[in-house]
Parts: sequence; C-alpha cells; structure tokens
Amino acid sequence: MEAVPCRSVRHHQRASPRLIGLCWPRVAPLELSLLKLAPWVAFLPCDGAVMIHSLFLINASGDIFLEKHWKSVVSRSVCDYFFEAQERASEAENVPPVISTPHHYLLSVYRHKIFFVAVIQTEVPPLFVIEFLHRVVDTFQDYFGVCSEVMIKDNVVVVYEVLEEMLDNGFPLATESNILKELIKPPTILRTVVNTITGSTNVGDQLPTGQLSVVPWRRTGVKYTNNEAYFDVIEEIDAIIDKSGSTITAEIQGVIDACVKLTGMPDLTLSFMNPRLLDDVSFHPCVRFKRWESERILSFIPPDGNFRLLSYHVSAQNLVAIPVYVKHNINFRDSSSLGRFEITVGPKQTMGKTIEGVMVTSQMPKGVLNMSLTPSQGTHIFDPVTKLLTWDVGKINPQKLPSLKGSMNLQAGTSKPDENPTINLQFKIQQLAISGLKVNRLDMYGEKYKPFKGIKYMTKAGKFQVRT
Amino acid sequence: MTDSKYFTTTKKGEIFELKAELNSDKKEKKKEAVKKVIASMTVGKDVSALFPDVVNCMQTDNLELKKLVYLYLMNYAKSQPDMAIMAVNTFVKDCEDPNPLIRALAVRTMGCIRVDKITEYLCEPLRKCLKDEDPYVRKTAAVCVAKLHDINAQLVEDQGFLDTLKDLISDSNPMVVANAVAALSEIAESHPSSNLLDLNPQSINKLLTALNECTEWGQIFILDCLANYMPKDDREAQSICERVTPRLSHANSAVVLSAVKVLMKFMEMLSKDLDYYGTLLKKLAPPLVTLLSAEPELQYVALRNINLIVQKRPEILKHEMKVFFVKYNDPIYVKLEKLDIMIRLASQANIAQVLAELKEYATEVDVDFVRKAVRAIGRCAIKVEQSAERCVSTLLDLIQTKVNYVVQEAIVVIKDIFRKYPNKYESVIATLCENLDSLDEPEARAAMIWIVGEYAERIDNADELLESFLEGFHDESTQVQLQLLTAIVKLFLKKPTETQELVQQVLSLATQDSDNPDLRDRGYIYWRLLSTDPVAAKEVVLAEKPLISEETDLIEPTLLDELICYIGTLASVYHKPPSAFVEGSRGVVHKSLPPRTGSSESAESPEAAPSAGQAAEQPAVIPAQGDLLGDLLNLDLGPPVSGPPLAASSVQMGAVDLLGGGLDSLLRSDVGGSPAMGGSGFTAPGPAAPAAMGAPLGSGLGDLFDLTGGVGTLSGSYVAPKTVWLPAMKAKGLEISGTFSRQVGSISMDLVLTNKALQVMSDFAIQFNRNSFGLAPAAPLQVHAPLAPNQSVEISLPLNTVGSVMKMDPLNNLQVAVKNNIDVFYFSTLYPLHILFVEDGKMERQMFLATWKDIPNENEAQFQIKDCSLNADAVSSKLQGSNIFTIAKRNVEGQDMLYQSLKLTNGIWVLAELRIQPSNPSFTLSLKCRAPEVSQYVYQAYDAILKN
Repeated sequence: MEAVPCRSVRHHQRASPRLIGLCWPRVAPLELSLLKLAPWVAFLPCDGAVMIHSLFLINASGDIFLEKHWKSVVSRSVCDYFFEAQERASEAENVPPVISTPHHYLLSVYRHKIFFVAVIQTEVPPLFVIEFLHRVVDTFQDYFGVCSEVMIKDNVVVVYEVLEEMLDNGFPLATESNILKELIKPPTILRTVVNTITGSTNVGDQLPTGQLSVVPWRRTGVKYTNNEAYFDVIEEIDAIIDKSGSTITAEIQGVIDACVKLTGMPDLTLSFMNPRLLDDVSFHPCVRFKRWESERILSFIPPDGNFRLLSYHVSAQNLVAIPVYVKHNINFRDSSSLGRFEITVGPKQTMGKTIEGVMVTSQMPKGVLNMSLTPSQGTHIFDPVTKLLTWDVGKINPQKLPSLKGSMNLQAGTSKPDENPTINLQFKIQQLAISGLKVNRLDMYGEKYKPFKGIKYMTKAGKFQVRT
Repeated sequence: MTDSKYFTTTKKGEIFELKAELNSDKKEKKKEAVKKVIASMTVGKDVSALFPDVVNCMQTDNLELKKLVYLYLMNYAKSQPDMAIMAVNTFVKDCEDPNPLIRALAVRTMGCIRVDKITEYLCEPLRKCLKDEDPYVRKTAAVCVAKLHDINAQLVEDQGFLDTLKDLISDSNPMVVANAVAALSEIAESHPSSNLLDLNPQSINKLLTALNECTEWGQIFILDCLANYMPKDDREAQSICERVTPRLSHANSAVVLSAVKVLMKFMEMLSKDLDYYGTLLKKLAPPLVTLLSAEPELQYVALRNINLIVQKRPEILKHEMKVFFVKYNDPIYVKLEKLDIMIRLASQANIAQVLAELKEYATEVDVDFVRKAVRAIGRCAIKVEQSAERCVSTLLDLIQTKVNYVVQEAIVVIKDIFRKYPNKYESVIATLCENLDSLDEPEARAAMIWIVGEYAERIDNADELLESFLEGFHDESTQVQLQLLTAIVKLFLKKPTETQELVQQVLSLATQDSDNPDLRDRGYIYWRLLSTDPVAAKEVVLAEKPLISEETDLIEPTLLDELICYIGTLASVYHKPPSAFVEGSRGVVHKSLPPRTGSSESAESPEAAPSAGQAAEQPAVIPAQGDLLGDLLNLDLGPPVSGPPLAASSVQMGAVDLLGGGLDSLLRSDVGGSPAMGGSGFTAPGPAAPAAMGAPLGSGLGDLFDLTGGVGTLSGSYVAPKTVWLPAMKAKGLEISGTFSRQVGSISMDLVLTNKALQVMSDFAIQFNRNSFGLAPAAPLQVHAPLAPNQSVEISLPLNTVGSVMKMDPLNNLQVAVKNNIDVFYFSTLYPLHILFVEDGKMERQMFLATWKDIPNENEAQFQIKDCSLNADAVSSKLQGSNIFTIAKRNVEGQDMLYQSLKLTNGIWVLAELRIQPSNPSFTLSLKCRAPEVSQYVYQAYDAILKN
C-alpha cells in the first residue's frame, strides 16, 4: 500500500458538499477559490419572484444606515454574515462580492467608503445585480454631487423615491439618469427653498417623454441658446514595468466622454483618422452598431448632457507607448540598519508633450522605520505608521529630471525585508491620446443650426506600477 | 433644509407626534409627516402602527405624497392585511386616472401588496392595464403579472393573463417586449414544465429584433431567454450568433456576459471547419478581456466565468495571458482568481513569463496570496512537463529566501513534483534537508518525511533524519505520524540492516502507544506484513505507484458543460449546478449543451479529453452510488462474499479495515465522478463497505437484502424491511437505515438515525434531489432532541410528490442529502414503486378494455414471477393491499387470468394481466402502459409484494 499521499490527505480534511451522481465538481487539490462555501450551501427558497430583494447601505464602521426592501422586509440580521466577512477581510476592498448565507445571497459593491449590499433570494445573474448597484452609486453621485453617508442621509426621501423608481419587482425600471431626473427632480438649494415656500414637489407628474420612444435615452423638446458638443478622449495606461525597466504588461483603457447640449433631435456622426485601433469597444446604446461594423463611423442621436459615448481597450503591446520611466536604486543592506533609497523619474515616449501631475507612491516594507529623503523638486511624505511613501512631483522637466534621494532607517537586528516595494505612478499628459487615436470630423444632421464643437485629448496613468 | 432633520426626533412620543401631524389639515404638514415616517422606515424603525393614518393620506392630488404613501404601503401591507383593504378603492380609482404615470404607479403598487383580498381586486384593473394605450402602463402591467403569479399562480392562469402576456411579446414597443419576456421567464422558472416560453423560429426572430431596441436590462432578459432555445440546425445557430455578436460591445457587463453565454452554447453546434467558427472565437476574446478592466466586483464575477470558459475552450484566451497578471493593489479575491486562470492558461509557449510572474508574487506581502503563488509554481510544473525543471529551480530560489512559509509551501509542492516526475530531481533533496528544522506546519513536515522515505536509498543519513522526527512522535499531528510510519517502513525495506531498531520503535509507537485507529491499523498491517513475508512486504510497500495526474483540478466535463449553460449566473460563480442551491418546486430544468450537428464530430474539445495520466487513474473512479446499489441488489442472488480466509480475528479486522479504508479514500477522492464511468470492475469492494460496519461478513449482505425478513403490515402497502442506506463510516458516524411505506394515501420514509460517533449530533435536515416522480419531504426532518452517541432515533418522514421532477436512471433512484451539525452527507437509494400506487387506481371494466386495446402492443412487457405458490384469490387480496386492483378474473383453459389496474401518483395508469397456472409456481405478468419505462419497476413491485 502506498503511503497516504498528502494530496488525498488534504481531500479528507476538506470534504465539501458533493452529491453522489450529481456530477458536482471534484475538489481541486489546491482550490484557489476564495469562496469558502458554508458547509450547507444556501438553498434558495422557491417563493421569491424578486431579483433584488433588499438593499442595505453600510458604512465603514459597520452601521446599516439605510435599508430598502422591494418586497417583504428582510431582517437586517442577514447582514451579520456580511459583517463576518468584513471582519475576516483585512481591508474593506477585500470583502468578497458574493457571500452565501443559509437563505440568501449577498452581493455587494464597495464605493465611496460605503458598502452597497443587495440581498437576493433566487438565481439571478450576479453581474446584473452588481451592474445595477454601480448604477445606483452613479445615480446618487449624479443627483447629489457626492455619494456619501451624510449626503444620502440628508436626502433620504429622494434616495428612497429614486430607488423605488429604479427597480420594480426586481426589474430595472428607469436607470438612465436623464429619465430619472425627470421623474424625481434632483435637489438643488433653490428648489428646496422654492418647494418650502410654494409647497410644490420634486416629483415630476409627467411621464418622461424619452422613456418609451425609439430613443429612450433622449427627451424631446430640448432647447439651448448655445448649441455645443464637447468630446473628451481620455486614455489611461495600465502597466506593469519590471525591475530592469522592460514592460511586462501594458494596456490602454480609453473612453470618449461627451457633453452634448444641442437643441432638438440632432443626429451626429464622428469619424476617426485611425479607426483600426478600436477593435475592442463598448458603446453607449445610442451608437448604431451596424454603421460601425460596416463603415467604422460612430453614428448616433446623443443623450442630452453628459454621457460616455464609447469605451475601448488597446492591448496590443506595440501600440502602447510608455511615456515615463523610473530609475530606482533601493537597497536594504543586510547587517547595517541604514538602507539607500534613490529614484529618478524621466520622460520616455511623450510625443513632445509635457508630463504633469506626477505623483509617486510606494508601500515600503514593515521593516522600514523612517526615511530621510531629499527631493530635487516637489514635496514628499513618509508615514511611519502605514509605511506609505508619497512624493508629489508635479511637472517633469526633461532638462532637469526630478529625483528623490536619501536613506532609510531599518529595524535593527532583523534580516532585510523579503519583499521589494512596488512604485505606483500617477501622471497626466494633456493634448495627447497615447494610443494615437485621432478624431477626424464631427458632423451633425437633422437640425439646421451650427453647433460649437470641441475635442480634447488626455492621457493619464491608470494602474501604473514599477517593480523594484 | 435637508432630510436629515427627519431623523432627529427619536424621543418616546415620536409615534404619537407623527400621528397628530399625519391627521393635520395642512397639506404641507401631512407631507412632512409622511416623509418622517418614510425616513424612519429606511433606518429599520417599525412605524407600522401608523398604518391607518398614513393610508388616510392616500387620497390626494399631490403625486409626491401619493408616491410616498404607496412606498409605505408596500412595506407594511403584509403585516396589516385588514387595514390594507381600506386602500383598495383608491387603487382601483387610480388605475383609471387619465395620467398614465398614475395608472402605472397604482397597478405596480397593487402588485407589490401581497395580501390575498387585494389580489382579487387587482385582476380587473390589471386586465385593462395590459391593454392600455400607453406602453409605459403596458410594460408595468407585464411585470405585475409576474408578481401576481408569485402570489397566486392559479388565479393568473384562470384569468388568462398568461396568454395576454404571451401576446405582449409581439408588442410594437421593445420595452414592453423586454418586460414581457422577463415576466414570462420569471414565471417559467417557477414552473419548469409549463412550457410557457414556447420558443420557435418566429418568436426567436421577434426577440432578436427587440434585442436591438430595448434597454440594457431588457437585453439581458432576452439573451437569457435565447440561451434556452435549441436551434434546429447549425445554420440557424449561426444566424442567431451573428445577430447576438454586436451585444459583445455593450457597455453593460451583464449584457456582455449573457451574450457570451448564448454564443458559447450555440457554438457547440457549429462545425469547427467553418470559417465562422474561427471568427466567433476571435470575437469572444476582446470583450472578456475588457470585463477585467471594470470594477473589482465585476472583475471577480467575470473571472469566475472566464475560469469556466478557459476550461471549455482554452483557445479563446490562450494569447491573453498577460491580462491575468496580478496588480499589487487588486483585491485579494481578484488576485486569487487571476492566479487560478494563469495556471489554466499556462502552456509551453508562455511558461517562462508565467513563472517569472509567479516568482514575483512569491515576494508579495499577503501571506495567503504568496502561498498560493508558490503552489501555483508546483501546478505549472505538473501541468507543463517541459517547464518542470525551471519550476524546480524557481522553487529552490524561493527556498533560499528562507522565508518560513514560502519554504514550507515550496517543499509541499516539490513533493508533488516528485510524484509526477520520479527519479528526476532528486539532486535538490540536499537543499530541502537543510531546511528540515524550520518546518513547523504539519503538511510541510509530512511532505518532507515522505520525500525522505521515498528516496531513502539515496540519502545517506535518512535514518538519522527520520529518527530526529521520531523523538517527538506523540506531539506530531496524525498526518505527520502516518507519514513517519510509512517512511520508516520504506527505509527499513531499503536498508534493512541498519534500521531494524528504528522500525521496531516506530511500530511500537504506532500500535501500542497510540490510540489513533488509523495509525494503529496501519502500524499493524505493516507489522504483520514485515513479520510474515518481508519479500511480499517489499513488493507491496515499494511497488511502483501510478503518477499523479496533472489535471485533478479541472471541473468534470459533464458538469462543465452544464455550467457553460449557466454562464453569468450564481451557479457559474460557485461552480455548482443550480440544483445545488435552488430548492423544491422552483427547480431549474437541467440544461445541457446542444449536440453538434456538423460532421466533424468525434473528439469535441480535445483538451477536455482524458489525458493519459487520467486514464491511469481511472480505477479510482467509482460508479455513482445508484449503480453500486443496483449491483448490490443483483448480488443478492449471487454467491455471498466471503471474508478473508484468515483465522486470527485481529488480522481479519485489519484486512477489513484496509478494504474499507481504501474504498473510503477512493470514494472521497472522486464521488463526483460521472455516472457514465461507473459500473465496471468495482463490484467486489462495493458491498464490503456496509458489510464492514459490523455485521459478520458472510451474512451481512444476505441480511441487508433478505426479502423474507420483513413482515408486511396489513393496514397499508407492503413495507420492505429497513436497510442501511448510509453506513456510519461514510458519514462521520451517522448511520441511516430506512424504508418506504404507504398508508392510507400518505407516503412516508421511515428512518432510523444512529449516532455511532463520539459526539452529539443535532441540527438535522434532509433534502431530496429532483427525482422521477417528484418525491419530496412534506415536512422538515424533526429530530427533537440532539442525538447522543450510540443512540438511535426512529423517524417517519412524510413525503409528497409535488417536488420537481427529473428523470433518473434507474427510474426509482432517489438521491438524498442529510445534514447535521457535523457535515452534509449524501446517499442514494431505490424506492419500491408501489409506494406510488394510489388508492383510486381501480379502473372501470369498460374503460380497462378500451385502454388495453388502445395502448399499442409494443408497449407491452412480459415478466416471470418465479417461485410463488399463492392461489389467484390470495394473490388478488395481497396485491389489493398495495393498491393493485383486480378488475376481472377469468379462467381460461385451467389457468387463472387476473386483470388488474393501478395508477401512479403522477397519473400514469398501468394495466396488468397476471396468468396463474395451478401447477406452475411461475406466474406470467404482462404489463401495458403508455409510459413503458415504468413497467420494469412495476414488475419489481409485484415481485416484492407477492413474495412477502
């Protein structure tokens, strides 16, 4: 007989539920899944026809400060399972988005330091719920300027009305903020004052016109004295650069955000100099996909106001230029309690544009007690508690490269730290889309007036990391 | 002036104050009061006491006030049904309002009030609203039908709302279509058999048209509905795919994933030679990659789904490895999922990059992540043979870091690498041994000991090393003790001269000084082996072992196919079929991928085909328990299994344990195996499992299935004696035996739960898997007091037949899950069909004749019932007790012919002709039934009843 192999020993310890003959998965010898299923997986009951049953808003300190039920009231004790998971996670960001409880599933998103926890009872596409939750957050932000606990509490009735309008029996009813705003007017100081004086309400009593037309995203009868259409092409570079400065991965997440204030029912077309760049795109529903497929032209009747026309993704490595480099020399000496720290930031492929808003952050190892550094420009802070080093560099002058030099005080007597700090970079480049995307022209049909048109380009760092 | 002021009054008299304000004459004051009430509601305060006062505010022209009151009503109507009825008139009136917004609001709110009395009044307004001229009202009404159906399904059917809803699929407004589809699929889901969404090419076409025009949420409903359609050929599949592909560019990730589901499913029907197939594959990659740039929560769900997709069709993302590289500020749940997918995508082409990344991760801060990264390196080595060497050297580098947990993980995975590539990397053992002292986790210690034992002949001081562990033998965990025992025995067999003392020592430690049964038993086995026949011992212990398989972590293919049909759902996040977490009647119809219609059939997705390694492991796959039971039943007639022919009882015990333990570990290692793989060559150890439970070996089986043992009760159907369904050793000490009975129309499952463990058991619960006749517990499993060790409790669990239905093979197979405070256990059993014979199963004579003629002859099945000495009348009365009714008796040429009928709970009639010859103990039974597949089981029931 073979010595009991460790592999199967592990099996014995982790007997997760498996129903013989039902073809449940074999337990992987090394299950990387984070989902530690409760031994008794939640059996969803058969009575609910509601997709999202309830919503709880929970702040960072674990208080439920708002609850909304679309059907019967679910006891807030269901959130105890969430709190348990919250406790287990080291940081708020690490709370798993799907949690199973004996009778419900909890799907959550964490934004603006608030957990939005949806309770569901039936098999629902989780992305559906999570997308919806994000939409709720965006709507709050749109309505109140910021999405915070205070703001939500200050506007609780509007929040409640909005939530009721967004979802009916689990079916999203109105999630376009254009339409919502016609149903429930967003609070403004003026309106609050007027409402109090005149006793009028912030609930619209007319059916939003856009709701059911072929262009549900646009209301009719829009009028402006100044007709303008602005488009911002914004690209974010996500990259991982290795020790030696070569690129491990780099990709561009681009969006075209629009602010369109045009009278009537304008029909716009936007064409690019190099549309071939865009092979992985997601469109606003207003874009006519057929036209894009055949002619590579964006043709659409725009929503009124601000909206995201398009987001795209460029991952072909040769197309992603890396505009900055970081030279680093971080040295933890083994025996001495002093380490050396030196980084220099410089421009690489910037197409002649200036790099601004440069910000360097780095999470130093626990063993670093303090740092005494001198920057050639900008300001820096090292927080000895969180071990976070932040250096606000500002603009990069190619003639005089910014650098940060000095020494680190290390905990005496311990061996050198195991992990090397990763350098996180923020920067901005105006008037440049790093992928090279260029708008060719913007035309308007269907209306007679001449609109004012503007196009702006910007490149930013997304998750831009340099390993040391 | 913000709403926060509503929160400030938390004094005692609050409710009282609010009451006064609600009844104020001033409109403004009323509205403010209602707002305060709502604000209290949002923070979970109970303001239901204000119900009548709030409802009084409902009749108002002020839309905001009306809405607020409606909000309140929805929350509290259920708790105050009598009060809620006061609101009905206003609702009905509002449904006639000229403003469509108010009409819709009223019908929507009414649907949310789950009070029966209100529901009755809802029907007329709802009917009008479904045909309203305004599409906004129609779309709201469509959803309302789903709500009403949830409250009272019968009412919805009686009122014909379902047909109206179906008509709405052809509505001119895409929003109405989307909501109608959503409502219909919602209803269909709770009634899987209803066939509500009758999908045909015409309706599919309508849906596809609506898909382009309706909102993102509607698109999700439509796509999910499309995914349930089965195209008639590959051409239709392709044309649907073509029309769905644009959805991949949608900004809403749920739309994208639903579209991916449709494509992944219908792709199955396309021939791989088709150009379009390749195009489609290429189109799938970018949207999946894009999902990974979304918010982390979306990423997580996307990654869980991508995990399935790369297992099914690795070619889609094989060039996209880099997008799965981990960023240091990803949340941990995203990191771990990415790591898992990286390993799945690892191949010879990209292994260098992957390894460099993994090595980088191994220096991160998060301990869990680092550990998994180190293990991942090991998995890469096992998966990609060419990389093994590089993986080993990477692991050695990591060991050099001397970071404690990294070293330990590395040693655990190196052990697995040795098991996959024996005699290749032994040169590293020296380095491993250097770290011996730093190992403090049992798993790492056990791994190290295993390595030393396995390669004892090449390690000069193997005896010293092992001896050093032996000093603290009793403080080690069981895992380490077992490993140490085995390793020293291996060492002894390899170097017998120097290590005799050591082996004596460990054997006595394991057998005499330990009370762990596993350890003792294994110790005794080795001891006897060594003392009886050292040569044989060498052959047994040092025999060459099959290599471990590379893909043990893959999801089993049939499950994978099912999960692909559930892309984007919770099932895909948990990697479990919905049947695992959707209860009772709301059971989901089992979905499967469509069969390929093209000619290039044979080896679909070669990646999923079992590899050589898996083939070698196949004996480890046991048949599904249903088959095992079937085999057990068959064995009843065969020769009894005899115990090992050994005299010494202790030896016999050891041997039994060996068998049992072996089976046990085999069972555990692959209970989820597909039933298709079962049935072969595993019958012998099967019966040993229950037999080992204590019954004398020879007769154990006989007893278990001894059909003469039980006495049928007179008051009801024949009841078979109880048999052991779940042996204690498979259920951590819980033994379950039972039988089924039927008495005056009610079926029950009579169980005996026995606690053979050392701890108290409590919190029992039971659940059935879907089965052929919808058997389901009619009440929860009630065990009143916790079950103390060695205690038994008898329970009669009432059953009904309204559970969800899925055809099982064999037909009367029932899979049961039982839970207690320790764990969840599963077993399956066969129920005798006669518990399903209903009391009103007697057919009219004329009817019988007509039906007999009407059923085609090919549905007739003939069986022999042997060795039965009863006469016709005795037979007739005996069968009647089990609801098999004799309709007529005739004597033809000296033979008695009995004509009988019976009816099953699901309404299937079975007609029988039983021929009895006075001289012959064999009866001939002819069965006719419109569902001929039940005949065999009816025969089994006859046989069982007549012989008892």
